[in-house]
Formats: sequence, C-alpha cells, structure tokens
Amino acid sequence: MDAFWIILTGTLVAICCGLLGCYLILRQMAMVGDAISHAVLPGIVIAFMISGSRESIPMLIGAGLLGIVTTLLIEYFHRKGKLQTDASIGVTFTWLFALGIILITAFTGQVDLDQDCVLYGEIAYIPIDIWLTEGGLNMGPRVIYIIGIMLISILAFIFFGYKGLFITTFDPAFAAVVGINTAVWHYGLMAMVSLTTVASFESVGAILVVAFLIAPPATAYLITHNLKHMLLITAGLAFFISASGYLVAAAINASIAGAMAMMAGVFFTIAFLYQKFSSASIQK
Amino acid sequence: MNDFVDFFSLSDPNIRYVVLGTAFMAAGSALVGCFTFLKKRALVGDAVAHAVLPGICLSFLVSATKNPLLLVIGAFITGLMAIGAMDAIVKHSKLKEDTATGIVLSVFFGIGIVLLTVIQQSGSASQSGLDTFLFGKAAAMSLTDVWVFGLISLLLVCTILLTYKELMLVVFDKNFANAIGIKTKRFEMLISVITVLAVVVGIQSVGVVLMAAMLITPAAAARFWTDRLPVMLLVASIFGAFAAVGGTYISYLAPAMPTGPWIVMVISIMAISSFFLAPGKGILHRSLKIKRYQQKVLHENVLKLFYKTGEKDADFYRYYSFEQLNKLEEAAALQLKKALPKLTAQGFLEKKKAEYKLTQAGKKKGQRIVKLHRLWEMYLTEYLRLAPDHVHEDAEGIEHIITPEIERKLEEKLNFPTEDPHQSNIPYDHKN
Repeated sequence: MDAFWIILTGTLVAICCGLLGCYLILRQMAMVGDAISHAVLPGIVIAFMISGSRESIPMLIGAGLLGIVTTLLIEYFHRKGKLQTDASIGVTFTWLFALGIILITAFTGQVDLDQDCVLYGEIAYIPIDIWLTEGGLNMGPRVIYIIGIMLISILAFIFFGYKGLFITTFDPAFAAVVGINTAVWHYGLMAMVSLTTVASFESVGAILVVAFLIAPPATAYLITHNLKHMLLITAGLAFFISASGYLVAAAINASIAGAMAMMAGVFFTIAFLYQKFSSASIQK
Repeated sequence: MNDFVDFFSLSDPNIRYVVLGTAFMAAGSALVGCFTFLKKRALVGDAVAHAVLPGICLSFLVSATKNPLLLVIGAFITGLMAIGAMDAIVKHSKLKEDTATGIVLSVFFGIGIVLLTVIQQSGSASQSGLDTFLFGKAAAMSLTDVWVFGLISLLLVCTILLTYKELMLVVFDKNFANAIGIKTKRFEMLISVITVLAVVVGIQSVGVVLMAAMLITPAAAARFWTDRLPVMLLVASIFGAFAAVGGTYISYLAPAMPTGPWIVMVISIMAISSFFLAPGKGILHRSLKIKRYQQKVLHENVLKLFYKTGEKDADFYRYYSFEQLNKLEEAAALQLKKALPKLTAQGFLEKKKAEYKLTQAGKKKGQRIVKLHRLWEMYLTEYLRLAPDHVHEDAEGIEHIITPEIERKLEEKLNFPTEDPHQSNIPYDHKN
C-alpha cells in the first residue's frame, strides 16, 4: 500500500510540474522555474512563523507571494538595471535562498523544517501522514489531496487558458497586437509554478522539483512538435518516471525522490539519443 | 568592540583560518565568475555545483575513504561531465541552454542524492562528513584548508594572468578570436576547467545551492562599477573577499548563525546596492538622468508655448494667467503648474500677481527651440523629401537634442531659410 501512495504522489507531482514545465521551456524560462523553487523558501519559513503550524494554506500563500516577488525582482534587475537575465536569476534566487536558511537557523525550535528536507524532500514519509476523519475513517495521505487540488487547478488553468497561453508563448508580439494582456498570462503562469513548487516541496524538495519541471517536458519536446502531444507525453512520462524511480529506490534502498530524478534523466537520455540517431539518418 | 578587535586582529588561529580560507575562496570564485558572467553563462556555475555531488559520492564509494584529494578529483570529473553534457544537449538538439542547464543540474543532483543515501545506509563510519558538501562548513576550516584554498586561488590568478588576452577575446568576440587564429575551443575548455575548479573548492564552504552566488554575484556587482575587464576582475575579487570576511564576522558574533548563507547575504546586499547606487549604470542614477531630461523638455516646451502665443498676439512680453495658458491646445500635455514657478525662479519668466510673462532670457530660449523645430522640419522636407504634414512629430523630439554645432550646420546647409514648410516664420537672433 505504501508503494501505491508513493508512486501516486510522485506521479501527481510530476504531472503538475511537467505540464507547467512545458510552457516554461517553450518560453525559455526553465531556469526561472529553478529560481522560484529555491526562492520560495523564505516565504515558507515566514508563513510558518506567522501561522505557527505546518498548515498548508498559509504556506501556499507565503510561497506563492515569494514566487511572484522573485519573478518581479528578476525582471526589475533585468529591465531597470540592464543586468543580463542569467545573472539576474542567479543573484535573486541565491539571495532569497540564503535568507531562507538564515531564517530557519534564527528560529530553530520554532520552525519545524530541516535543511535536508528543503533540498530533497521526504517522499518516503508520505504514507505516514494520514488524514483521518473525525469518525476515524482513513482517507489516505494528506499530501495527495493538496497535490490533487493543485493538479485540478493546473488542468483548469491550461484548459480554460489554452489559447492565451499558446499565443503568448509562441508569439508574444502578435498577442500584444491583438490585445491579449501578456503580463497577465506571464504572472499567472509564474504564480502556478510557485504554488506547485510549494505543494511538491514536502515530497520532493527544492532541487528535485526542478527535475520534474524541466526533464519530462524536455523529453517530450524532443519527440514531438505539437503542444497538445507534448502535454500528453509529459503526463504519460510522469507515471513511468515515478514508478520506475520507486522500483529502483526500493531495490537499492536509496532516496526515492533522487531515484525519480535519476530516472527522469534516463528517459531524457533515451529520447535524446533517439532523436540524434534518427535525425542523423534522415540527413544521410 | 572587544569582539571586533579579537576578530580582526586574527590572533585566534581558528578565526585566522576561517577568514583567510573563505576570503581566498571567494576571491578566486569571483575572478572565474567574471568570465562566465561575460560569456552570458552565469548559471553554468549553478549546474556544476550540483553536479559535483555524484562525483564526491562515487569516489567515496570506490575508495571508501574521505581522502579530500580523491573526493576533489571525483567532483572535478563529474563537474566537467556536466558542462560537456550541457554543451552536447544544446549542440545536438533543439533544446535551449536554459533547459539544458536545468536538466543537467537536477538529474546529476538526483543521482548524487541516490548515492548519498546509499552511502548513509551502508553505515560507513566516516560518511558523516559528506553532507558538508550540501550545505558547506565554512566555520570548520583547518590550516590545510587555508593552504589548499590559497594555492588554488593563486593558481586561478596565474592562469587568468597568463592567458588574459586570449580569454578576453574568447569572451568578448569569439569570431574575431577565431579569425586571428586563436584556438577558441581550447580556451573555452580552459574557462570550463577553472569554473569547475573554483566550484569544487568553494562548495565546501558555502554548499551546493549557494555556490552559484559566489560565482555570479560579485561579477554582477562589479559590472555596475566599470566597463573595463581588469578593473572588473579586481573589483569582483575585492567584493568577494570582503563579503567572505563580513559573513564570517557575523557568524562569529552570533555563533549559531551559518557562515555560508551570511557570506551570500553580504555579497547579495553589496550587489543589490550596486544595482541601485553605482554611478553611471545604477538604477537611481539612470532614472535621475531620465527625470532631468524630462524636466528640461518640459521647461523648453513651456517657453516655446509662450513664444508661439506671443508670435500670434504680436507681443512677446504680454502677461498670461495660468488659466489662459492652460486653455491653449498645445498646453494639453504640459505640466504647467509644475513648470511655471520653476521657470520664474530660474529667471526665464516674470510673475506679477497670478500672471506670467517671458523675460528676455526666456524669450531667447523659447525662440531658439521654435527655430530648431522649424529648421528641422525644413531639413526633413528638403533633404529627405518627407511630406510637410509628416515632419512635426519628429521635430518635437529632436528640437531638445540639437547642439549648437548641429544648429549651425543646419542653418548653413539650408542657407538660412526664412519660412518652414508650413509657412511659419523661422526666427533668427540677429534679425531682432
């Protein structure tokens, strides 16, 4: 039963991240996703201190706000300060991450968060954190519900906003001309990325979220040119990555989240070699 | 105060090791960071920092000791592999650099975590030190560390000095470097090698995530103070070393505080203040310059308004009230309320009760703007053959920019025309 919950959580996290990641890599903002996943840390810690508990809602609000602040800062330094984007990303997220670690140390005892968990999560403990109703009914792991709600919101966001996201991703200039507010879609996407990062934080940690954000969509992008196919392939990959990652981890008794990231890399390598090999044969 | 003296006299050997060690490390990474920054590959350092973890774990698994040299060699190998993988992905697929960086970073780190947990579960007695690579342990430096950091920084400095010219060319103009016969591939490889070297040694004091800051942030800060590479290298390494000492001092005052994050905090604050305060490129200076220019344009436009109204009424020195002026069509976009008192104070306008009139200086200035406007319209119709109804907008902008030299040239080229394309009189000083 534990295996089922862990694979299910992993799959849900990977689908959430992967769907948003498709848009991130097409917009050439993959590293902004990386930056957000680190920079939400101070938001989580501050939310902890204010609410005094590990409640999900304040954490989501805190991290969501920090995610938006991160994007705004990156853009502010880039636009107003004329700092190149990569450096602007690097300066912003390391600064906020350092702030997060300092806050954790300053309030140890009050904040129940340790540094290891921040970096690579504790997906193995998910089946322990069960939601029991007042009648004593076992509703399954708590995290499943948080990620499930997240997945539904992401699906709704992509379903209802498909056109807007599509146009602003592929031709922002045209979108602006026909009167679509590109900023709204941009910040909407960034907000979704921050929320997903936090929802996945406990299970896979800051750095492995990046693996789920970037590797599956990149793999899908190597195989197809069609955005709809890319989204579907990403969702399919999510299950295989999660299941195979769990099996590998169980076999060698290692970190499950780490093994999932490793499997994401394996799938990517296969797709990469495949497209390299097949495009080489076409050229001949 | 005593703390301050104790700390900066460096009499305690532990403090001495930590201060010197982190300062050497920070200065060295800052130097290397300048080159990755200028190559617009600042985040490569981040990827390499994550990618050294599997190397460290592997060499521990293979050798079963914590011999620092072996760990560093392992780290070095996977670090270089990471750069190779990124280059290969960009070169052989349609994926862009940012995606390649993200994949390499997270997948290598994932493998590292898998290996790390395998090591932890195998229960080797000496594994406990490995996770210092994740978060860094700047506060626990020994004399050997200082020597290692010092030597590697020296090595980095020497490498950069010896290959300075080639590195500069490769960073700024790769095509030109290629054309004059420099083996650019070789020097790009060199930049990769020194990046990995800086990361491998630096990571032990600040940890995986924050290593990127030691490379990028000092370089980004230094870039705001200078346009010259040698100065940038110097400023970046001084910033880096200063932040290292500052961060160490803070964690000395509050021993519970982690040193690495504080070093990053100090350098980030220095960088962000540079973004705002640096003369020339800083955000404040730049927005001040824009504001000043906007004010100049506003003032000139108000004087122009006075002059043109005077022209219509055939009396340049008549008094107008604010309401009268505000009703005029040309006044619509002008912030008259702000400009009128300022122009009065500067002596271009004269105020009596609530009414304003041009002074002589004010008339001269307004007249010059009107003249430049009409001359430019003339120039556009005569030389560029633009239709007379297409030239006004352009002249509105350029009338504030034309210098006296260009003004003279325009007059000569057009042979002192008396009327603009809309048959308005072009006013010259000497006629009045």
